[in-house]
Amino acid sequence: MAASRPPAHPLRVAIVGAGPAAFFAAESLLRQETVPVEVDMFDRLPTPYGLVRHGVAPDHQRIKAVTRSFAQVAEHPHFRFFGNVEFGRDITLDDLRTHFHQVLFATGAQTDRRMGIPGEDLRGSHPATAFVAWYNGHPDFRDHVFDLSQEHVVVVGVGNVALDVARILCLSPAELRATDIPAYAVDALSNSRVREVHLLGRRGPAQAAFTNPELKELGGLADADVVLRPDEADLDPLSAAALQQSGDRALARRVELLRDYACRPPTGKPRRLVFRFLVAPVELLDDGFGAVAGVRVVRNRLVQADTGTLSAEPTGDFETIEAGLVFRSVGYRGVPLPGVPFHDRWGVILNRVGRVLDQSTDDPIPGEYVSGWIKRGPSGVVGTNKPDSVETVAAMFEDAALGLTFQPAEPARDAIPTLLCRRNVEYFTFDDWLRLDALECAAGAAAGCPRVKFTSVSDMRAALQSSEAQSAAG
Amino acid sequence: MKMATVLATKGPGVFTTTAAAPLTDAVRRLAANNIGALIVLDSHGLPEGILSERDVVRALAAGNAFAGTVGDLMTSPITVGGPNDDVESVLRTMTARHFRHLPIVEDGRLAGMVTIADLVHAQLNEALGAVHTLETQLMGS
Repeated sequence: MAASRPPAHPLRVAIVGAGPAAFFAAESLLRQETVPVEVDMFDRLPTPYGLVRHGVAPDHQRIKAVTRSFAQVAEHPHFRFFGNVEFGRDITLDDLRTHFHQVLFATGAQTDRRMGIPGEDLRGSHPATAFVAWYNGHPDFRDHVFDLSQEHVVVVGVGNVALDVARILCLSPAELRATDIPAYAVDALSNSRVREVHLLGRRGPAQAAFTNPELKELGGLADADVVLRPDEADLDPLSAAALQQSGDRALARRVELLRDYACRPPTGKPRRLVFRFLVAPVELLDDGFGAVAGVRVVRNRLVQADTGTLSAEPTGDFETIEAGLVFRSVGYRGVPLPGVPFHDRWGVILNRVGRVLDQSTDDPIPGEYVSGWIKRGPSGVVGTNKPDSVETVAAMFEDAALGLTFQPAEPARDAIPTLLCRRNVEYFTFDDWLRLDALECAAGAAAGCPRVKFTSVSDMRAALQSSEAQSAAG
Repeated sequence: MKMATVLATKGPGVFTTTAAAPLTDAVRRLAANNIGALIVLDSHGLPEGILSERDVVRALAAGNAFAGTVGDLMTSPITVGGPNDDVESVLRTMTARHFRHLPIVEDGRLAGMVTIADLVHAQLNEALGAVHTLETQLMGS
């Protein structure tokens, strides 16, 4: 596309998604003083913040503190939030091309990676992503049912999400009530008969993806002992050599923490959280009625590839772990967006430094950008999205200066609210969110927890109408 | 961090050549595209070697003319990676064995290439991200 004159100011940017990547990008776009920018952020949920609200565990409130800086970004006069607006259904790529110069997709990774083994869809087998969304009050998951009458649970994976799932299953009722977990989840978990949670790691302790603070806090659970076989806590020679070579102190600490757990005798707490390393599931076993009865696993050994990576190779030894509830926690996965090229194998929108690529020509598509997990895959922590978004926004400004943008026929700011109203889309503004936020926190203060979340769109609407009526009356 | 994370933002395009290609063309392409290496593909489209600026400098130092083919000068065999490789392990290997380019093969096809600069950049961003997250938790905003 031939470069033309830079677009008439201001630069109108649409951001699809409202999680950390979206807000870090909005911050980079709005906090510079050279180019006037207007940002309209769209999310299919009425509430912003993505996985910070619906993914970060309810007992990890400090990680959620990042939303304070997001709220500050939202105060910018050229920022608008349109919640309850679904890309593809309520607003399309053609609409964005008509009304904006650029679109940034920051839609994250909305679904789960599958294990690809027989029995994966038996009753009682669930993606960890669904359980996490359920205990975090995500409106689309609040009605999910998990059979917590099972005594034995297997969580496949040893990342931080797997640890969250295991920990939430092991929290005492008192520990649960002190968090912002919704009442329906507190009830279900308080009445659970879960006794043993097995976490399965395909490789060894040195390759596990969880981080030290998350590992350490397991030792403080009121109702659960952490159990680990000493032989599975020990490093194999290849991992030991790699650890020594790397001088990685965080890794050394992780290995030490695991060894401590292996040496600790159980104290007789009602639950056990059992780490298993060098095992991989090969099949979920049917109880004869279409439900999970157990997980057949193969023991692995580690081998070193030419690249230096230590990868898992199955041995001929198998084992069955009894379990009536299984959570696969082997990663999130991106979901394709209508009209946007998607790399199915990697689950991302193919890009170069954030510029969306046309898959047939390998050239950037002018005006289209990505940041966050839909750009680089589901890895890293909340803050990892900041340098990621800064990088994409730099590309956006470079291209805008050269006129490599959409050529919007109707860039006027009021076109979007008009369009949404014409389509009867009942969107939520950021002010609506601030009112909901205040109501949630007030309810939490009364109940002795951080907040009481609204878990349905209709509840949110009713609460806003009622609070409006109260303000009008008072 | 897995190699797939680095690949996702690199794009699948790789500058390639074959062993039979004339060296003069290959060197011209390095200059024209301002790149450091061409991956040499075999008859199955899989990496069998690499022609890098280091090979060119070696030839110049030995006083060799560029009359022959890529196959005469290329470094072969070549280490090949996959999307599931650990970035940390690969970086250590590339540093220890002094190579800077790693072609990535997936499902029997060339899926991309990463350089040591790409890996360092990815690690740096991950470290910056971890610092930001921890600071937020410690400072509460």
